[in-house]
Amino acid sequence: MAFPSASLGPPIAKRLSPLEVRIEANRCLQCHDAPCIRACPTGIDVPRFIGRIASGDLLGSARAIMDANPVGASCARVCPTSQLCEGACVYNADQTPIRIGDLQRYATDWAIDENVVLFAPGPPSGMRVAVVGGGPAGLAAARELARLGHAVTIFERDEVAGGLDTYGIVPFRLPAEIALWEVEQVRALGVEIRTGVAIGETLPAAALLADYQAVVLACGMGSVPRLGIPGEDAAGIWDALEFIRRAKMGGDVGRLGETVAIIGGGNTAIDAATCSKRLGVPSVTMYYRRGASRMTAYDFEIEFAQLEGVEFRTRTLPTRFIVEHGRVSGLELVDTAEDDSARPLPGSERIVPVDTVVLAIGQTRHTALLDAFGVVHQHGVAAVDAGLRTSNPRVWAAGDCMFSPGGVDAMVVEAAQRGKDAAYAIDAALRGEDR
Amino acid sequence: MADLSNDLAGIRSPNPFWLASAPPTNSGYQVMRAFAAGWGGAVWKTLALEPIVNVTSRFGGYDIGTYRMAGMNNIELITDRPLEDNLREIAECKAAYPDRAIVVSLMTECTRESWHELIRRCQTVPVDGFELNFGCPHGMSERGQGAAVGQDPELIEMVTRWAKEASSVPVIVKLTPNVTDIRYAARAAAKGGADAISMINTINSVIGVDLDTWLPIPHVDGLSSHGGYCGPAVKPIALNMVASCARDAAVRIPISGIGGVSTWRDAVEFLLMGATNVQVCTSVMHHGFGIVTDMIEGLTNYLDARGLGSASELIGKTVPRIVDWNDLNLDYKIVARIDPDTCIRCNKCYIACEDAAHQCIDRPEDPRLAPVVDEEHCVGCNLCKMVCPVENCIDMVRVDAGNTAHTWRERLSVPS
Repeated sequence: MAFPSASLGPPIAKRLSPLEVRIEANRCLQCHDAPCIRACPTGIDVPRFIGRIASGDLLGSARAIMDANPVGASCARVCPTSQLCEGACVYNADQTPIRIGDLQRYATDWAIDENVVLFAPGPPSGMRVAVVGGGPAGLAAARELARLGHAVTIFERDEVAGGLDTYGIVPFRLPAEIALWEVEQVRALGVEIRTGVAIGETLPAAALLADYQAVVLACGMGSVPRLGIPGEDAAGIWDALEFIRRAKMGGDVGRLGETVAIIGGGNTAIDAATCSKRLGVPSVTMYYRRGASRMTAYDFEIEFAQLEGVEFRTRTLPTRFIVEHGRVSGLELVDTAEDDSARPLPGSERIVPVDTVVLAIGQTRHTALLDAFGVVHQHGVAAVDAGLRTSNPRVWAAGDCMFSPGGVDAMVVEAAQRGKDAAYAIDAALRGEDR
Repeated sequence: MADLSNDLAGIRSPNPFWLASAPPTNSGYQVMRAFAAGWGGAVWKTLALEPIVNVTSRFGGYDIGTYRMAGMNNIELITDRPLEDNLREIAECKAAYPDRAIVVSLMTECTRESWHELIRRCQTVPVDGFELNFGCPHGMSERGQGAAVGQDPELIEMVTRWAKEASSVPVIVKLTPNVTDIRYAARAAAKGGADAISMINTINSVIGVDLDTWLPIPHVDGLSSHGGYCGPAVKPIALNMVASCARDAAVRIPISGIGGVSTWRDAVEFLLMGATNVQVCTSVMHHGFGIVTDMIEGLTNYLDARGLGSASELIGKTVPRIVDWNDLNLDYKIVARIDPDTCIRCNKCYIACEDAAHQCIDRPEDPRLAPVVDEEHCVGCNLCKMVCPVENCIDMVRVDAGNTAHTWRERLSVPS
């Protein structure tokens, strides 16, 4: 599909050369009950996919990866591998873990280049399942449900599916084409993907509950919340997700000016910062209200941002936007306490000039949508049982909409596993009801 | 510093590292370069009365993982250059490097006149010895030469005798491994008067098949023929054959060891197994003549570290340790022990023992803990130690009292 997206400069991940692949794939020890498998939230059989690369079976390799992880091509670019598979590699004893992420990217790139269809739908069960949201969790759920023979429809509010992988991660880390290939793999199983449909807005939740035997809520999260300080409605102040989405999709972000301030300390804040640099902004500074050790961005992301020229100011809290002619022109900042409580220190106020501000301080929750499905939730986080079933017995939840705020599990790979888990739970429930 | 000088049946060289008769010794240019690099001797690529015609392609490599040319085979024949050109270059090399050994490999049709004529012509230049090529398994064997001679002990003895009649320098007989028991060939060479034997020549092989074209590798315009297999992967076969001849009472002549020698370590093994020196080909084809520097230095350091005065002190030291299976001690018992501190938890030992040995390595429930050997049931097979990627992580520890020895031969002859 032709889809407008910008690359914003060279990709972060270099494609391995055939020689690098041969050396690295053959270096894998082929551990038994390998720790890398246990460290992968989706349980990718890493030695198997690497062994298949070494033997020249790239189709088999890609299938082994994507079998366990329906968004395995995206994960090969966004996973914090040093904390997951590569962090568990037995070669860490000698500080030389196998470059699992790079090899996974090599195998999935092959599948993308060859445009192969990796899986087939299961024998029809006669049952229908609706998936609300076409991001990593929704795609994973839909794919597994389709492989189990169920008729699946994904309802996606955006123009195309893929969720954050498509829209929310900078293109030089994850090009939209990669996420869209994963979407096409799911579509190839006969999954219907209805885009531009916002459940609860353009189609009522009740319609899904009426037409489908089960519903997977994989709606993710919403926009960036407001800071709640004076001047916030001025022009030149962006929601980070909207900013990245606009830049990634080749849209117009207008005049950014010479100085951009990013508010936040997570991976989205990093993405907004590096994106700004690649859009040509000379001075990009990230302001974070607590100490550096409390930033939720991965270390490798922070290092990358530093290499791109992003500056960091920690224990710094914005208190007011200075507005001139309706547009932000400055930022009032205050230092915060050493104890990382984010408590402002009186008397440290100062004003820095800024041309643009990007807010990346978290995301709101789709509370109304959960209410519409009659799902019990805590501040917008769906409550689920061990099988990911919500308080509505015909509704399961997976991904960001059921992850607790601030948890370490808010990764693409975790969302994918929850999607799979929801699919298996639904399959068991539906087939149980049949008996 | 240990003395590396070498004497194989009277052929002297400054070190035991010779180039085998093969593509690296095809010309004076190459042998000059080899001698400049430090090689102790060279066996010239096989000469005949008339040059033959070669084909393209000629070689095939056997790769294992990232290791290129663990084995290789070739269908190149003997020299395709005129005899006079070769002899002139031999004389030039000998003049430039009088202290190095130049042995000339020979092959011709199976008549007394032909062998006498070839040797007579080669002795018009200064050569230190002849090596009779009774080994090449491809091409020439179809013309009744090479391995066709080496596979028939009567022919070996007869042709060796002819060569000895004509030769004024030592005669080495190069043996083919493509026989059931190489000792018969070695004995025939000794009986024919050979001063030494060299082994092994290359092994019959097809290196592989191209999965895309289904053509054999290497191929000549779509067809192939079996070639001679050599390289690191053949070393164990060569070591066994060398040792079997070294401990055979009817052989008793020096052995030049050939087959996968790539480093000084390989050379030490061949010497310990009864070879007097070694010949090298594949490793040079892989890395060039420069490897001899490391072979000389490595061997010297090894000998010095063990307080040995000369390389010749190594010759045959392990030969008495090779016996019949019937003479092995059935009471000897070792078991594996895994060091949990150096273990990296790859579980290769566990799965190897579980699926392919005796199911006596247990894994603790906690995957962070190292596997443990059930010593009561361990048969000491070594497999776990072999698959372990960490050096010395798994030790084979002796657990029998060490004061009894009991062999199968004794068990058969002494009823209990």
